[in-house]
Amino acid sequence: MKKLLRIFFLLILITGIQSNSNAAEKVEYLKTDWSFKGLFGKFDRAALQRGYQVYTEVCSSCHSMKYLSYRNLAEKGGPEFTEDQAKVIAASFEVKDGPNADGDMFTRPGKLSDKFVMPYENVKAAQAANGGAYPPDMSVLVKARGGGVDYIYSLLQGYEDPPVGVTLDDGVYYNKYMYGNKIKMSNQLSDGLVEYSDGTNATVEQMSKDVTTFLMWAAEPHLEARHQMGFKAIIYLIILTVLVYFSMKRIWSRIKTEV
Amino acid sequence: MSDHQYTPESKFGKWFNDRLPLLTLANHLTDYPTPKNLNYWWTFGGILTFCLITQIVTGLVLAMHYIAHADMAFDSVEHIMRDVNYGWLIRYIHANGASMFFLAVYIHIFRSLFYGSYKAPREIIWIIGIIIYLLMMAAAFMGYVLPWGQMSFWGATVITNLFSAIPLVGEGIVTWLWGGYSVDNPTLTRFFTLHYLIPFLILGLVVLHIWALHVPGNNNPVGIDIKKPSKDTVPFHPYIVIKDGFALLMFMIVFAFFVFYTPNILGHADNYIEADPLVTPAHIVPEWYLLPFYAILRSVPDKLLGVVAMLSAIFILAVLPWLDTSKIRSAVFRPLYRQFYWILVADVLILGYVGAMPAEGLYLLIARVATAYYFLHFLVILPVLGFKEKTLPIPLSITEPVLGGSPNLATAKNKESLKIK
Amino acid sequence: MSEKKTNRRDFLFTATYAVGAVGVGATIWPMIDQMNPDASVKALASTEVDVSAVNPGKTITVLWRGKPVFIRRRTQDEISEARSVKLEELKHPESDEDRAKNPEWLVMLGVCTHLGCVPLDQKGDYNGWFCPCHGSHYDISGRIRKGPAPTNMEIPKYEFVNANTIKIG
Repeated sequence: MKKLLRIFFLLILITGIQSNSNAAEKVEYLKTDWSFKGLFGKFDRAALQRGYQVYTEVCSSCHSMKYLSYRNLAEKGGPEFTEDQAKVIAASFEVKDGPNADGDMFTRPGKLSDKFVMPYENVKAAQAANGGAYPPDMSVLVKARGGGVDYIYSLLQGYEDPPVGVTLDDGVYYNKYMYGNKIKMSNQLSDGLVEYSDGTNATVEQMSKDVTTFLMWAAEPHLEARHQMGFKAIIYLIILTVLVYFSMKRIWSRIKTEV
Repeated sequence: MSDHQYTPESKFGKWFNDRLPLLTLANHLTDYPTPKNLNYWWTFGGILTFCLITQIVTGLVLAMHYIAHADMAFDSVEHIMRDVNYGWLIRYIHANGASMFFLAVYIHIFRSLFYGSYKAPREIIWIIGIIIYLLMMAAAFMGYVLPWGQMSFWGATVITNLFSAIPLVGEGIVTWLWGGYSVDNPTLTRFFTLHYLIPFLILGLVVLHIWALHVPGNNNPVGIDIKKPSKDTVPFHPYIVIKDGFALLMFMIVFAFFVFYTPNILGHADNYIEADPLVTPAHIVPEWYLLPFYAILRSVPDKLLGVVAMLSAIFILAVLPWLDTSKIRSAVFRPLYRQFYWILVADVLILGYVGAMPAEGLYLLIARVATAYYFLHFLVILPVLGFKEKTLPIPLSITEPVLGGSPNLATAKNKESLKIK
Repeated sequence: MSEKKTNRRDFLFTATYAVGAVGVGATIWPMIDQMNPDASVKALASTEVDVSAVNPGKTITVLWRGKPVFIRRRTQDEISEARSVKLEELKHPESDEDRAKNPEWLVMLGVCTHLGCVPLDQKGDYNGWFCPCHGSHYDISGRIRKGPAPTNMEIPKYEFVNANTIKIG
C-alpha cells in the first residue's frame, strides 16, 4: 500500500508540473463561484439562458459560434429552453440556404438543425471589419485559453485606463488580464446593457458571469453527463477494487500456509 | 516456447491442439511459473497491456468519425465531442489514455532500472522494450497532430524540422516528410496513416517482448535466479492475474478521475485553437511525457548537436545492459547504486520541469547541468560503480532470508514485499 | 475448512465476477452506440419541398435522410387506375386511398423493398415503377405486383404545409 501511495505522489507531481507550465501568465484572475465545478457540478440554467441573451445581443455581432446549432439550446444539460422556444429563437435568424432549383442561393428562417448564424462570411471578412483582428470563434474559447473561465470572466471586467508610460495605438485598448495587456476589443459591457427577462439586475459582473457560463457550456456541452457518469464510474471502480482486493487476499492465503 | 508437456483432456481438444497448439499456449500462459515475491511495481506490464488495448479500441472508434483533412480535421473532432454518441467520452479516454500509457511505461522502465531487469539474460527483452518506447513516442506525437490545433500544427513543424539538422540531405528529408513546403494536408494524412499503423507494430513487439520474457522468466525484487517451478514460484493464474487486476483497478481509478473531472489538464489550451500557419503560439511545449527530451534538445546551443543529444539520450538506454558492469541485479543489494538511482529519477523530473519552462536564464542553466548529469550517470557512474561498489550479501533463494532470519537489509525488504501479498 | 467458509469464498468470487461483468458490459455499450445515428444526423429529420412546378404526369425525386423520395403528381387516369385495383389481387394489400391521402399526389420512398435499389419511373408491366436490380414491378400506387420484393414501397410521414409545399418527415 505504501508503494501505491508513492505512485499517487508521483502522479500529483507530474500533474503539478503540467498545470504549472500551463499557467504562463502569473496574473491573479478574479474569482467567483462556478456552479459547474466540482464532482457534481451542474450548470445554472437561468445563467445559461441569460448568458445566451448576452451572447446574442452583444457578442454575436462580431464573434461566431460555428460549432453550435439551435437545437443545442433545447438539449439536456444546456440552457434547456423548451423545444418551442428554441424553434422561435432559430426562426428569428435568417439562414442562407440553397442552391434552389434555379441554382440561386436564398435565405429562409432558421431551423433547429441549423448552425448558429455567423456574423461574417469568413475570417478575412471578419478581419476586414475589425481593423485586422479576427474576433475568435467562441465555440471552444474557454478551453482554448489557459486561464479558462476565470480568464474570460476577468477579461470582460479588466478594462482600465492605461498606466502612465503605456501608449496605445488607435483601436487598441488596455486590459489588465489580457496577455501583453493590449486588446483590440473595446470594453463591451456596461451596467444595464441588456434587459434580462427574469428581472436579474444586469450589472457588468452579472453579465460577465452569465456569458462566461454560457461559453463554458458551449465549449463542453456534455459536462453534466460527464460529471454524472464519472461519479458512477469511480464508485463502481472502488467497489470492484475492494472485491478484487479481498479475492486476492483469499487466493494468496492458499500459499502462505504452504510456505 | 515452453519445455513442459501438455495434453488436452477432451478428444476434440487433443485433435485441435495437435494441429494448432493454442491450448498448449494457453496452458503455458496460465501455468507460467512467476516469482512469488514480485511487488506492485511488477504489475505495470499488465497495466501497459490494458493501456495499449484501450488506445487501439478507442482509436478505432475515433477513426470512424475523424476526417484526416486539413480543412475538416478540427471540425470533425468537435463533431465527435458534440454530436457522436459518447464521442466526448471516447475521445477523452483516448487523449488521456496516451498520458496514462506513458505514466505506466515510465514506471515500468524505472522499475527495470532499479531491479536490474535489463541485465543478462534479459537484454533482448529490454531492447524490444526500448523499441516499443520509441514507437510509442512516434505514435503519440503523430496522434497529437491529428486534431489540427495550433499545438498540433506547430509541434509537427518543430519536430519535423529536427530532421533539417542532418547535413546535406536534411532539407530534402523535411520536404519529403511534409509532402510539400510546409506542414499541410499531405502531412496530416500520412501522419494519420502512420498513427493508425504504429499501435499494431507495438502490439506485435509486445508479443515478442513477452515471448522473450518467458524464456528466462521474470526477474524479481531480490534479483537472483530462481528454479522454476519451485516453492519460490506461483502459477501466473490465478495468483498474478488477480494481483495485476487489483493494481489495474487502482490505476483505472486515477485514469477515470482524469477522464471525467480534469480531461484537459494534461493537454495544452492552444490545441483548441484551429491550426493557423501564420501565427505561432507564445510557448511551444510538447506533451508532458516528452518534456525531458525536449529539455535536452534545447540545452545544447547547436542545432545538429542538440538533436544528436536528444536521440542519444534515448539510444543510450539500448546499450544500458553493457554499460552497467555490476554482477548484482537488484538495487536492494547495491547501496551506492540505489542512491545514484534516485538522483537519476530526480534528474529526469528536473529535466521534465525545465522542459516546460522558457529556455532562458536559470532554467537553461539547470537544463544544461541536468543534461550533463543524465549522460554522466549512464556513461561514467554506472560502468565505474560496477567495479567499485561494495554490495551487500545476497540470499541464496527468495525464501531463504525469511526462513533463515539473517538480519540484513534483504530480510527487511523481502519481508515487506511478502507482507504486501 | 468448514463448509460455511467455502460458501463464503464462493460468494466472494461470484460477486467479483458478477460486478466485473457489469463493468465490462457498461464499457462496451458506448463503443456500440457510437455507430448509431448521431445528434446532428437525427436533427436533419425533415425536409420541405416546393412542388408548384410539378406538372400532372411528372415525378420529381428529392433526397430525404440520404434516400430518394418520389413525389408524383398523378393524372386523373392514373388515379382511377390505382383506385380500381381489387385488394385481393395484391401481394401486399393496401388501398390507394390509404397510400395517397390527396389522390393527386403520391409521396413515397423510392427504395425497392427487395434489396434497396432505386426503381425506374414509368417502367414495368403495371405503368408504375420497375426495379432493374431483380425485376420487381410496382403499380402507379407504388404497390408490388410482380417480382421478388415482399412489400409495397414505403410511404414516409409527410404533410402539406400549404398548397405548394410538402414537408417530409
